[in-house]
Amino acid sequence: MAVAERSVGERRAAIYQSGRDGQPDRAFPTPQQVAQAAREIVVPSPRQVIAANARRMKDASQFDQSMVLNMGPQHPSTHGVLRLVVELEGEEVVQLAPDIGFLHTGIEKNMEAKTYQKALVMTERTDYLGPMINNLVYALAVEKLLDCEIPPRAQVGRVLLSELTRMNSYLVWLGTHALDLAAMSVFLYCFRERELLLDIFELVSGARMHTSYIRPGGLAWDFPKEFKATVQHFLNIFPSRIDEYEALLTDNPIWKERTVGVGKLTAADAVALGASGANLRAAGVPYDVRKLFPYSGYENYDFRLITGTEGDTYERYLVRIAELREAVKIAQQALDNLPDGPYATSDRKIWPPPKEEITYSMESLIHHFKLWTEGFKPPKGDAYAAVESGRGELGCYVVSDGSSKPYRVHFRGPSFINLQALPHMAKGKVIGDLIAMLASLDPVLGEVDR
Amino acid sequence: MALDNATVRARLMERFGTVVLEASEYRGDLAFRVQPDDLLPLTLFLRDSPDLQYIWLASITGVDYLGREPRFEVVYHLRSLVNQHLVVLKVGVPEEQPHVPSLVPLWPTATYQEREAWDMFGIVFDGHPDLQRILLPEDWDGHVQRKDEPLVYEEVMFSFNHDDVDAQKPYAKE
Repeated sequence: MAVAERSVGERRAAIYQSGRDGQPDRAFPTPQQVAQAAREIVVPSPRQVIAANARRMKDASQFDQSMVLNMGPQHPSTHGVLRLVVELEGEEVVQLAPDIGFLHTGIEKNMEAKTYQKALVMTERTDYLGPMINNLVYALAVEKLLDCEIPPRAQVGRVLLSELTRMNSYLVWLGTHALDLAAMSVFLYCFRERELLLDIFELVSGARMHTSYIRPGGLAWDFPKEFKATVQHFLNIFPSRIDEYEALLTDNPIWKERTVGVGKLTAADAVALGASGANLRAAGVPYDVRKLFPYSGYENYDFRLITGTEGDTYERYLVRIAELREAVKIAQQALDNLPDGPYATSDRKIWPPPKEEITYSMESLIHHFKLWTEGFKPPKGDAYAAVESGRGELGCYVVSDGSSKPYRVHFRGPSFINLQALPHMAKGKVIGDLIAMLASLDPVLGEVDR
Repeated sequence: MALDNATVRARLMERFGTVVLEASEYRGDLAFRVQPDDLLPLTLFLRDSPDLQYIWLASITGVDYLGREPRFEVVYHLRSLVNQHLVVLKVGVPEEQPHVPSLVPLWPTATYQEREAWDMFGIVFDGHPDLQRILLPEDWDGHVQRKDEPLVYEEVMFSFNHDDVDAQKPYAKE
């Protein structure tokens, strides 16, 4: 036990050292390793699991029986309406397949029927725990099509709000993850802090969850007067609250029992499965969109790329906690450097003129009228923008046909793609660990099904 | 050692020639138009060449360009993590023969994304282990994100007049 405990402490120290200057760089897997992983990994469908079980049972003896168990779609630990078709032999998972689509609302199709401005409100209905980041990726994709400049105040504000959203999303992950493993109190503490974040969102946008605050062209309106002080208050208390969560979990023997060595994912497997976010970084792949493909000026901030080595559930927990601390650091830098100035682009073809200008300027009146009746028209073409959301690389692919409605919008939902790692992780493990693995992958079903 | 568009373009043109590839650049993203038959050798080359290493398949998605020939397009976004570069591959798919080779043998992450493209557009990925619907129910008719599928089949009626409601229903036309 003493040996195990020391190694846990060492692992935590190693994660907090990762990404620092002078530390050895973690490497990406080679194409050969990815090819090897791709040959071995299968992502089965529910139909395949059921058929394979039926085939096996046809000539199995009565001592060699396996059964197919349905978990969900109404199961508290599936984090939404996720159905898992699990083939069990005793307590051991032979194979499993997620069955999704129960929450499919046709968001992508719906967006094609709305103007660019109106389609924005659909974006935060996908990943409902990261509204600002979803707004941001759509705004970035549309701005890429429009090729428009965003003023510095909006850029810095976007980074600040992204980081607050990331904290919000990680807090829900931590709370529900701990709740799944029977640690009730962590959930209450996490939601206590989340409440403060939701208050900040309400302050800036008027809504707690579906904010629609980051829009193509800038921010919906300027930050209110109390904004800086409110965020500063939160950033002052939050680091000590992270210590509180860690005091409850990091060295907790039950927590370690449930998470250390559970649900291992190697670097090559994670890349072959397209996993992203903390799931990928915990496996030792130093891929963070903010570092490798910076957007909104992330290259100007001082933060570390946190990577783990083991890729198990405990490591994913440690990486996310370390990233929470990095998020505080980035948010503080953004808050300190929040410049004055316009909060949206001055291009009148994209952003409406200020209200008072309408009273004396005919052009402004025309622009205002055109924008709110027709909307803007990006040139023909397509653009892919990606951001680091709370779950991984959130991509948005927008096709424009030159009209005021997007011809096609596609979201690369990181939850949707990360979920494919579950069958591979759970194969041959016990069903109790399946819950821990699922929670640590952190899928949001709104985004899985879109 | 970040790659730039010109280098990648030159490298692919040298290997595959202009016959199979039509390169374009839009807003800084490098895109190649590819024939379905050339997709597998090309992606294999992109992934396994030591100087390129596009090991991370970001997204696969379908687009329906109704009225254009070929009607569908499958768009692949590949990332090289080592070289910090994104490349876009676009495969035109005709309506009569909507077949594209599957990328599942190269990246298991394609499994769900190809199922989604099949579900939404009816594009068939040859070699996929079990191509079936993923987001819509198994017994669903049609492929909803095609442009000729309506967003809603009937208007929502704000009326308690049942004769009026019935007259607007699809079965009233039968």
